[in-house]
Amino acid sequence: MKQTSSIISTYSADVFGVCSALYELGGLVVMHDASGCNSTYSTHDEPRWYTMDSMVYISALSEMEAVMGDDNKLIEDITEAAESLKPKFVAICGTPIPAMIGFDFEAVAKVLEDRLKIPVFGIPTSGMNTYVKGANMALSAFAERIPKENVKKTIMPSMNILGLTPLDFSINGQAESICNFASSLDFDIISKWTMGTSFEDIEKSGSANINLVVSSTGLEAAKVLKKRFATPYVVGTPIEGIYNALLADTIKKVYTDPDFPDYVCKSNLPGEDIVVIGEAITSISLASSIELACGKGVRILCPTEIDKYYLRDKDKITPYEDDIRSELTNAKMIIADPLYKAICPDSAKFIPLPSESFSGRIYRDEIPDLTSDFSYIKKYL
Amino acid sequence: MLKSLRDDIERNDIEIEIAKASFPAPFKSGLEYSSPARGTWNIVHTGMLIPEAHQIFVCAAGCLRGVVLTAAEMHAEKRFSTVEIKESNLLDGDLEDLVIEGVTDIINKLPKRPPAVLVYTSCVHHFTGCDLDMIYAELAKRFPDIDFTDCYMNPIMRKSGLTPDQIMRSRLYKLLKKRELNDKCVAIIGNDLPTLKSSELLKILNENDFKVHEITDKKTYADYQQMAESSIYFSYYPAAKAAGDLMSEQLGGKHVYLPFSYDYDEIDASLKLLCDSLGIDMPDTSKKRKECDMALKDLKELIKDKEIAIDYTFCQRPLSLAIMLLKAGMNVKYIFADSFTGEEKNDFDYLQKNHPDLLLFPTVHAKMRFFASKEESDILAVGQKAAYFTNTNHFVNVVEGGGMFGYDAIIQSINYMKDAYNNKKDMCKLVQIKGLGCDYCS
Repeated sequence: MKQTSSIISTYSADVFGVCSALYELGGLVVMHDASGCNSTYSTHDEPRWYTMDSMVYISALSEMEAVMGDDNKLIEDITEAAESLKPKFVAICGTPIPAMIGFDFEAVAKVLEDRLKIPVFGIPTSGMNTYVKGANMALSAFAERIPKENVKKTIMPSMNILGLTPLDFSINGQAESICNFASSLDFDIISKWTMGTSFEDIEKSGSANINLVVSSTGLEAAKVLKKRFATPYVVGTPIEGIYNALLADTIKKVYTDPDFPDYVCKSNLPGEDIVVIGEAITSISLASSIELACGKGVRILCPTEIDKYYLRDKDKITPYEDDIRSELTNAKMIIADPLYKAICPDSAKFIPLPSESFSGRIYRDEIPDLTSDFSYIKKYL
Repeated sequence: MLKSLRDDIERNDIEIEIAKASFPAPFKSGLEYSSPARGTWNIVHTGMLIPEAHQIFVCAAGCLRGVVLTAAEMHAEKRFSTVEIKESNLLDGDLEDLVIEGVTDIINKLPKRPPAVLVYTSCVHHFTGCDLDMIYAELAKRFPDIDFTDCYMNPIMRKSGLTPDQIMRSRLYKLLKKRELNDKCVAIIGNDLPTLKSSELLKILNENDFKVHEITDKKTYADYQQMAESSIYFSYYPAAKAAGDLMSEQLGGKHVYLPFSYDYDEIDASLKLLCDSLGIDMPDTSKKRKECDMALKDLKELIKDKEIAIDYTFCQRPLSLAIMLLKAGMNVKYIFADSFTGEEKNDFDYLQKNHPDLLLFPTVHAKMRFFASKEESDILAVGQKAAYFTNTNHFVNVVEGGGMFGYDAIIQSINYMKDAYNNKKDMCKLVQIKGLGCDYCS
């Protein structure tokens, strides 16, 4: 049956994707919810919680406030917090009850923006989708408003990196490795959406010549930046070895030829014995790395939101446990988060590839940085 | 003194001298922060106390995330499943079908049929007026060999009637089936952690040949069912009161609530209540009192004027602990608590009058994000949140009273404080572990 999981985990939710994407930008981010989201996000989905201060809070919605539609409590609480904490912006994201009662994100954001004189975003998440959707909503909303108009493109090659959150890249140095990859191609990095970057960097991002989308959380922002600044984009997660060579070549082509189409850097060899389960862009990059390195076909099962355009015919979008189980029957090797192992057939070799987006903090110390070292996977092939 | 990480943030509304504080909620409510101290139990940990029971949560993805990973961190995935609510279910109004068919699908997939299933519904079921009675009746019809009970993950109801914590503790005993009561059997109920064998509660019961049931000891569902033979249900955790009342109504025994305290007279009052309900004589506690006096003197000699911080996660009565330590001459400076229970009113009044300078700090106020000290302090903290906010490795790592009761709670607390004074712990690592003391988590 769809929507049931007898044993596997669930992906980080849209509301946490918003918080993760905006964590480092100096804003006040409010989850409009009773209380549970607060500790869930900060315990399982936010590895920076202990070491990096950020203004992520919960509204502590009560039954009476929800029943009476008392939005004023939220408005007053945010006003008070913003006046004392002085954030650069405010973002309000939602959970199931605001979605049910038809909370008007847009109107409340407008009221607050008029009061506080800083950008206020109403991001209508429902808590019923994955982090990919929430992060896309947050970053695309940011892309619409924060990068300044009328900026000149840089003379030297430059790039924004889009789709960097710990949910896909943890805090194991992979975000830095991705930046090092870009720098090694002689591109200046204008902004990194959104690890190791600032609100002010984001403001300048219209000046970049090209955008590199490293996970599906950055896709919608890439489209907005293309619309606003005519910035082309390449889609692919840098992974050490032959895939990086292909990705580098593609980036240079797109940079030198403005008419070159937006490009998803992927291979497509026949064969489905190896299965990768995970977020679409990091998985397609990993699958391509394996195909290019070993000549073996790899199939992707993607449980998070993605347009089929970014995948290949043999890949499949599989949000539920039963979908995934049935697709694994003939797999010879499965590369996935350890919490998938319980539904994998014993006949398949299981390669653990933990992701914070699925198993949270449990395997954090075991998450490899594939951008700097592909040997973690290659040794199994 | 706690130092703010940001000079531009005023502290007037988060640092309140108790003389100027209002009871029971000294701080204005608003946006809430969640500190990284995670030791207290949640509804997954508590539900796992019912041996062999399987938990099924029916919620939106955002709500499932925390509980599914709690179960995974406990290595209890095999006793835990989920049914995910999507937006289409709200639009189609098929939440009842989703629960019934989802739970059925999961039970049919389990490798072994569990004797009991805890079905947790959520805020959306409450707000849509979901017919839970019909759901449980249908599930009972489909699976007559399984005992079902209704559990809830609806934090939005935390200010309406019983809190989710109180309801969860009562559900621990709702599955018990009525049987003949045994006058020589009693149960200690409602606490997550086992009552310490050294406590007067267990000592008195054991010395008088009572058979004592406690859910924390139960290894099988059949063993758990034996709790129903108890003629008296003793609780000493405030959130367990509702559980005791439910048991009385359901099973016919008597519920006796024994207030936890650090005050000698109040401890005696609780022990008297215990003995009267058992029909035995109250023991002489004068030696216990002297023992506690000596232990407090020893502690004072050891720690001298060391600053002490206490938080509400350590035990049921943090203010009572503060009074005991202050009366013994110790330097209690800070209390971390967002609100106080009705049982603490007299303690609060005493402190207002006799120690008006005692500082109260909240733990969830938005500004507290910037008041966790970055520099390590040598404050002696009692409780995880006090340790986190004062950034000390000298702390007592115990939650929810740790099974302490009676004069023994005083001796235990003093010993914990001596150990914390003498030995450093890795606070950063330890406070982030969820469900401290949970068998699965250790």
